[in-house]
Amino acid sequence: MSTDSSTTEATTTAPQEASETPPDARGDVLLDVKDLKMYFPVSSRGIIPRHVADVKAVDGVDFFVRRGETLGLVGESGCGKTTVGRSILQVYKTTGGEVNFDGTDLTKLKAKEMRRYRRRLQMIFQDPYSSLNPRMTAGSIIGEPMRIHGMAGERGEYRDRVEELLRVVGLNPYMRDRYPHEFSGGQRQRIGIARSLAVRPDLIICDEPVSALDVSIQAQIINLLQELQEEYNLTYLFIAHDLSVVRHISDRVAVMYLGKVVEIATREELYENPLHPYTKALMSAVPIPDPSVERQRERIVLQGDVPSPLRPPSGCRFHTRCPIAIEDGLCSEEDPEFRDVGGDHWVACHRV
Amino acid sequence: MANSPSKGKPILEIKDLVTRFYIPDGIVKAVDGVSYTIHEGEIVGVVGESGCGKSVTALSIMGLIPWPPGVIEQGEVLLDGVDVLKMDTEEMLRVRGAELSMIFQEPMTSLNPVLTIGRQLTESLEVHLDMDRAGAVARAGELLEMVGIPDGSSRLDDYPHQFSGGMRQRVMIAMGLSCNPKVLIADEPTTALDVTIQAQILELIQRLNQELGTAVIIITHNLGVVARYADWVNVMYAGRIIESGPAAEIYENPQHPYTLGLLSSVPRLDEPKKSKLVPIEGMPPDLSDLPQGCAFRARCRFAIEKCATEYPPSELIDGTDDHHRSCWINVDESAEKDVYVNR
Repeated sequence: MSTDSSTTEATTTAPQEASETPPDARGDVLLDVKDLKMYFPVSSRGIIPRHVADVKAVDGVDFFVRRGETLGLVGESGCGKTTVGRSILQVYKTTGGEVNFDGTDLTKLKAKEMRRYRRRLQMIFQDPYSSLNPRMTAGSIIGEPMRIHGMAGERGEYRDRVEELLRVVGLNPYMRDRYPHEFSGGQRQRIGIARSLAVRPDLIICDEPVSALDVSIQAQIINLLQELQEEYNLTYLFIAHDLSVVRHISDRVAVMYLGKVVEIATREELYENPLHPYTKALMSAVPIPDPSVERQRERIVLQGDVPSPLRPPSGCRFHTRCPIAIEDGLCSEEDPEFRDVGGDHWVACHRV
Repeated sequence: MANSPSKGKPILEIKDLVTRFYIPDGIVKAVDGVSYTIHEGEIVGVVGESGCGKSVTALSIMGLIPWPPGVIEQGEVLLDGVDVLKMDTEEMLRVRGAELSMIFQEPMTSLNPVLTIGRQLTESLEVHLDMDRAGAVARAGELLEMVGIPDGSSRLDDYPHQFSGGMRQRVMIAMGLSCNPKVLIADEPTTALDVTIQAQILELIQRLNQELGTAVIIITHNLGVVARYADWVNVMYAGRIIESGPAAEIYENPQHPYTLGLLSSVPRLDEPKKSKLVPIEGMPPDLSDLPQGCAFRARCRFAIEKCATEYPPSELIDGTDDHHRSCWINVDESAEKDVYVNR
């Protein structure tokens, strides 16, 4: 960021523990999302469709990601976490807010200018089956971003680079001429990762990169992502519904509920000192693979389902399921402010 | 809960079950000699990755293996001492859905979209319990209330699409329990659901297990779910049970390299510091082309020469009452175990 005063020594991989960051010096921020909104219009049926309502998929989200760190974005289906990822990449024309990437607000860029930034922001998708073109070889899938961004270079150079990328993600270079159907799910995900690395990005948005994989394969991919991060000093926005996986890979975790971020904390704080009642419920709902630990855990079972984002509850969106919501109307009328409670910990709740 | 000392009497005994699928590319040995016993009131967890044969075992128990291409080649499934595999179609129809019942992973595809929930719930009541229409409708309403659908009787005329995912799974559970089954098989009952809804459904299954004494088999790939709810665990790999025992014992003292690997490859919510997982390298074997010897050999850190030639028999682990595994190696004495311990 242009306003960023921190010097290079304070950057990157430093673990986010202790975090004595004063609010005005958040460190070396690469991505700064402010009040991001993404509404999808709903039209009436009929000959002349009318705009009747909005699905407020993302409704005022604030967070930032420091260079070289992993921010986890966790939430249940329909909470808007995928939409956040796509909005950052400007896949949609966002409804409001800012997406500041390395000092530039991407929402203000023209399509042509955005193309230049796309190289630096890459994405890894959930479904390794539908995210690879079945009619392209692994090599051409991985090489395509380089060709598009004019980084292909000489013929031999291009080939070497594709082979190197295959090796980097743990595949054999001779597999370059194979088609996606010849690979297993885990291998396909490796191809997707190689493709995102091809243009040497700064930020990779990983949208549920392991949820379609079996547990033993999941671990391989998670470790690969961690190794690549160290090697290439990558910054990740890691979007997933599995809190154990998110906490494992992230330095800090943002919890989303119904279009809003309700809490952001370091991985240690989140587990030891969760503040938002939704975060607490979400954590208690995740079983730990250890019966002796499980026997002693408190279980908070939330009642009911997540409300529709078409008609989100008034006030705090969680108040309809919240075990500690107050009756006097505060929770049901007033939207709680997302505030800094110190120690790199943010929360939006009236009761905290 | 976990590791209940006094078990009820055996209610379902599976003995040396072998199920195969004859496909153009060869013979898929989906279930290859599986034996286990479920006792009254017990929750048994069956864990393994996709293609390990855990669902096919369940479908074999229910007599739902389609021929062609599938066939149960061998084994017995004794329900209260009677072999259900030897039953003719008519007898099986009486047992299935009544004494043995099953809930599936996908509540949307397992419910009929063009019939009301009420129609689908009352069907088995009328068929199995000989209830009249009015009685069945009343009971269906009660069942929906029991599984936590508020004002259940007023929702009997609704169609599946009018329910959310979690609610549909509740309807499935209500159907599964409608005839007071002796054994309920839940095949990945919460995989398609969000975690907070998963917690609701699993708490419900556990409550019903405790209140009604229904024995439950939970089939899942989620080691956490098993740790929280199961009394007994069977770990499956390539069509066989490779380790089994009381849940607490399996998690505390895993003795098969695959179980050890599985436990080290999942991130735990409570892990203290940022660490690396220990993945199981490679991929599960092709069930139509299983190697000789132990099927896990190619991915096993501990493998020795003998593993390539002979399949290890299931044996009791020294110093335990009922913890079994199939492996030639004593993992506790091997230096390779450090990889897992140091994590």
